[in-house]
Amino acid sequence: MSADAQGHQAGLNAYEAPPPGHSSGSRLERVLRQGRFAVTAELNPPDSADPEDVFEAARPLAEVVDAINATDASGANCHMSSIGICSLLTRAGYGTIYQISCRDRNRIAIQGDALGAAAMGVRNVLCLTGDGVGVGDQPGAKPVFDLDSVSLLRALKTMRDEGVFLSGRKITRPPPLFLGAAENPCVTPVEWRPDRLKKKIEAGAEYIQTNYIFDMPQFEAFMARVRDLGLHEKVFILAGVGPLASARAARWMRSNVPGIHIPEHVIERLEKADKPGEEGKRLCVELIQQIREIKGIAGVHVMAYRREHQVSEIIMESGVLAGRRPVARRQRAAAPAKA
Amino acid sequence: MYRLRLWSVRHARGLERLYKWVEGTMVALDPLFARIGYARVERPVAVLESGVKGLLFDCEMCGQCVLSSTGMSCPMNCPKQLRNGPCGGVRPGGFCEVKPWMRCVWVDAWDGAQRMRNGAWISEVLPPVDRSLKGSSSWLRVAREKAAERRHSETKSRARRIVAKAFAGARRNEPASAPLAEEPPSAVNREAQP
Ligand code: SF4
Repeated sequence: MSADAQGHQAGLNAYEAPPPGHSSGSRLERVLRQGRFAVTAELNPPDSADPEDVFEAARPLAEVVDAINATDASGANCHMSSIGICSLLTRAGYGTIYQISCRDRNRIAIQGDALGAAAMGVRNVLCLTGDGVGVGDQPGAKPVFDLDSVSLLRALKTMRDEGVFLSGRKITRPPPLFLGAAENPCVTPVEWRPDRLKKKIEAGAEYIQTNYIFDMPQFEAFMARVRDLGLHEKVFILAGVGPLASARAARWMRSNVPGIHIPEHVIERLEKADKPGEEGKRLCVELIQQIREIKGIAGVHVMAYRREHQVSEIIMESGVLAGRRPVARRQRAAAPAKA
Repeated sequence: MYRLRLWSVRHARGLERLYKWVEGTMVALDPLFARIGYARVERPVAVLESGVKGLLFDCEMCGQCVLSSTGMSCPMNCPKQLRNGPCGGVRPGGFCEVKPWMRCVWVDAWDGAQRMRNGAWISEVLPPVDRSLKGSSSWLRVAREKAAERRHSETKSRARRIVAKAFAGARRNEPASAPLAEEPPSAVNREAQP
């Protein structure tokens, strides 16, 4: 069997040029460019070397999302790598988002991985700064931060559009990547967050996934400013949501996970509920429904850490799919005949 | 010094002017530097620069000064060394995620930029730091950039050209952030030099 045929058998698509007007042709990009309400969700990465554990974690998400985010040691905790998870899932036909954090790798590693990921069929990336190593499970690690999320965006854009590394060396097949970034609208300095978003767009961001939104007035203020700046027309914004397990869990998150803002009244609501888990879910559904009404919102991003089983119910109950069946998992066609 | 660093942000407007003046002087001194040799002036100027900027900004001598684009708040003091704005972890009240006792360098930067004439420069996407320039004089680098521009002499380095192109806006405002002039050997990899 030729190497090419082997590649096809493994579900690897040969390098395919994106359709006109698209950067990558990924399913997520298509859904967004068609103006449909997109849904993405975060996968809980396994502490294991077994591919089955990855598929297991993806299963509850796949039926309701357009793409699955593979986190890159988020919270500075070590798990299976983002690129490993994305490679496995992409080859099995899932839409993936490859998260790249600047904390653990320098520019040489990151640029090389971008090519590697693209060769494995990964089409969406999310450029992140990364949490400090101090909050993670190995606080003695050396923090890298060679690039920041913004220069990372520009670096990947340069690779994709100019076909060169930051060293100026030519890339024979540039990676067709849909470039994303994060934003944290409800965290200090709130008055500058829209400007920072603008900077990310200028650097190359085409879509944004925000951090958790629990504070609607704050988020609406942010979006109003975003619209004033005309940014909602230049970038697809997916608002971050997630079910809280209990008041205690919410408080713990607020004081131990960087960048999480949960207003007191939200926590009180969970405290008063008989079944906090159910209440957390209901709250999440309500938030999605409110967020969806905001002008300039292109979708939601669900982060249901350890509550992945709730994701499909949350999305279904929120009604955001409006009858649409997302295709995070494409039916695997028979291996294509060699073109 | 931390206190002085905060003072500098509060006086960003005045320091911006002073800074422009210093840079102008450096550029004007180019003929003199060229005659003595940039390689030979590198060390004494770097020592002077490190003293002054260390005091005022807790400068770390990255060699690619962008203070005029960061509200006179030095981004090398950000524990993540971010060059393009705050991370998502800033604590309530504007304190740093990693060092909670310290004000977020970028919250201050945005404050300082408000006071500056060219405060809008903070919106320009800055390139990553060239780590091989650590310890070298950024003032001299600016002087060389301006002089090289006048003489239309450019580096042969492909890497430098692509960075200058990919971050053209940053280079316009802060030539030292994406330099193109030839570097004297004494200005590169200083940490590794005896
Ligand atoms: S909080 Fe501010 S100073 Fe601290 S790491 Fe984040 S951006 Fe840097």
